[in-house]
Amino acid sequence: MGTGGIAAGGSEVMDAFKKHLGKKGIKAVIKKHCSIHRVGCRGLCAKDVLVDIILNNVKTTYQFIKAYMVERIIDEHIVNGNPVQEWMVSEDYHQFHHKQIKVVLSDCGAIDPEDIASYINVGGYDALKQVIYTMTPENTVEIIKNSGLRGRGGAGFPTGLKWDICRKETASQKYIICNADEGDPGAFMDRSVIEGNPHAVIEGMTIGAYSTGADKGYVYIRAEYPLAVERLKKALKHARQSGFLGKNILDRNFDFDIKIKLGAGAFVCGEETALIASIEGQRGMPRAKPPFPVYKGLWGKPTVINNVETLANVPYIIRNGAEWYSSFGTEKSKGTKVFALTGKIKNSGLIEVPMGIPLREIIYDIGGGIENKKAFKAVQTGGPSGGCIPAGLLDIKVDFESLASVGSIVGSGGMVVLDESDCMVNIAKFFLQFTQAESCGKCIPCRVGTKRLLEILERITAGRGREGDIKLLEDLANDVKATSLCGLGQTAPNPVLSTIRYFRDEYDAHITKKKCPAGVCKDLLSYMILEEFCKGCGMCRRVCPAGAISGEKKEVHRIDPELCVKCGACFEACKFKAIGKG
Amino acid sequence: MENALEKIYTEYRKNEGNIISILQDIQNEFGYIPEDAVYWFSKKLDVPASRFFGISTFYAQFHLVPRGKNIVTTCCGTACHVKGSERLITGLMRELDLPEGENTTSDREFTMEKVNCVGACSIAPVVIINNKVHGKVTADSLMKEIRKLKDEKVEK
Repeated sequence: MGTGGIAAGGSEVMDAFKKHLGKKGIKAVIKKHCSIHRVGCRGLCAKDVLVDIILNNVKTTYQFIKAYMVERIIDEHIVNGNPVQEWMVSEDYHQFHHKQIKVVLSDCGAIDPEDIASYINVGGYDALKQVIYTMTPENTVEIIKNSGLRGRGGAGFPTGLKWDICRKETASQKYIICNADEGDPGAFMDRSVIEGNPHAVIEGMTIGAYSTGADKGYVYIRAEYPLAVERLKKALKHARQSGFLGKNILDRNFDFDIKIKLGAGAFVCGEETALIASIEGQRGMPRAKPPFPVYKGLWGKPTVINNVETLANVPYIIRNGAEWYSSFGTEKSKGTKVFALTGKIKNSGLIEVPMGIPLREIIYDIGGGIENKKAFKAVQTGGPSGGCIPAGLLDIKVDFESLASVGSIVGSGGMVVLDESDCMVNIAKFFLQFTQAESCGKCIPCRVGTKRLLEILERITAGRGREGDIKLLEDLANDVKATSLCGLGQTAPNPVLSTIRYFRDEYDAHITKKKCPAGVCKDLLSYMILEEFCKGCGMCRRVCPAGAISGEKKEVHRIDPELCVKCGACFEACKFKAIGKG
Repeated sequence: MENALEKIYTEYRKNEGNIISILQDIQNEFGYIPEDAVYWFSKKLDVPASRFFGISTFYAQFHLVPRGKNIVTTCCGTACHVKGSERLITGLMRELDLPEGENTTSDREFTMEKVNCVGACSIAPVVIINNKVHGKVTADSLMKEIRKLKDEKVEK
């Protein structure tokens, strides 16, 4: 149960179970499953609320559970032993999990994130004990190096190498920072891991501190994630009480503690030097690198910055060995990666797959294909820094190198699936709006360049595109990439370049024909009611956010073009295909 | 106001705070950043007020004007965008009778905000009404929620 699970009614369902079970006096442990939706960590968020009933060691999983359904489940299943067939998960629930390999998410959804004992029961903090009692910092770094773990936040820098550099630095003070400023729209794995298994992150960080010689740690987390913050606070408290944090950890001569720093809402703070500035209480502006933070970071001291997912991998790698971890994945991209599979996909949710899995398997086997019987158009990966991968490249392997070779990136792991009704020029514009607004303004290529790129895209989508605009976009995009100071500007043009690369015909249609083939760009289309199909049901009138549709019951309705905001709500709502657009 | 600011100052001393944490505390206390609070701290810490304003305008979280009693935040992440968040915003502006460029109603009952992503993409489009996350929102269901809040005001 997490942000989304509570939204879907997770708390109500749990309360209902408590209430009815209390009434019937049945002894059962009501497990608080973790994360996003009660299922978040198990992944299949689309089927919220999921409930597991474990009776005589047989696990039955129910989907779409609402509070009112609870009593029947208790009566028929728990009391009489007959599971309620029609509410049980369907075949695609099992298929969803079939091709996944769970490392980071292995305990998410199985343990209570607010109870440290629950984590310890599944081997939690064993890795920390192993490291502190039996290993030197050198050995520990060696294991992480050999595992091939690379940063999961986007850049993919080898984690072991980063730790090793920091370990070798001689300084009176070193820091380790967990970057939980998950800013990419469409990515929510970091939030889910913290909501689902906060102790794994704390354990990973503590091992990192031991290996690098840091004695202070910070988790820089978005204020937009209140539940994650709350669970992390609780987990830190419990870890301190149990002697895993604080002075003389596990009775050895090793001190380390972690503080939470709340982000204040700036995308650029995901960039490590900007993040450091923000922790120091400044405007979050990046600075030139080198020197890299690992040499001169927070308050000028050597600082390791790792992403949430990276750190959450660490305890599992220590426990199971470097060889075990590197047995997953490809030659250069080892291990597994968590992706947030969202957009126009049937089984939307959080997945963990071995690096190198073909994209097609993610979309069709795990994701179950496109929803509403529409045609697949593209997958957007890597958020505003990434690109779009078209249908023709569906057989590509998903790893750092392969995605980069087609002009996209793994990034933080957002995968937004787009279908035929999405306009690729609009998608490029959407991301440029984002990066332009989030540019910190320090360097000119990014500040002015993204603005100009956006203006060109706005004019194309408004039907005022000019001949030569595509070339202009490409030239400008390449300049912004080459000359921006930080990762934000260097990658901001990627969505433009990759959509031009694979969907140039859509740009052409907007510019020369003044048409939006997908029917998205408002200035290039109008809606009308096709009288012969209109039954006068009033559905379109009710969904119209602008009040532009009028008509009496059972009579042909009418759209006022003056009021119409061209949002397409009526088009989607009409069951009789009586709304035309063109 | 003085007492509240003193308290924030004590916390700041105790927790090795910084300007961001001060501003966050001020906003938690007052719901926005009153100008006077900034001047008070500027004097107390001998830090130019421009530093405070520089930081508070840099981060999206800070508000320099009071917000409405009800906060309606529409998620504008990628998944929500492709699932029609723009439409929800159009509907909200109309329902709340907000002119272009305004985000708080004149009676200060409602403030409409946008957020980059709340990370609940699987239940897109998402709207947060007074800290409660609503998933798979339609224009219809959203307006119902808003009208409920409006009615509550009338009943009072």
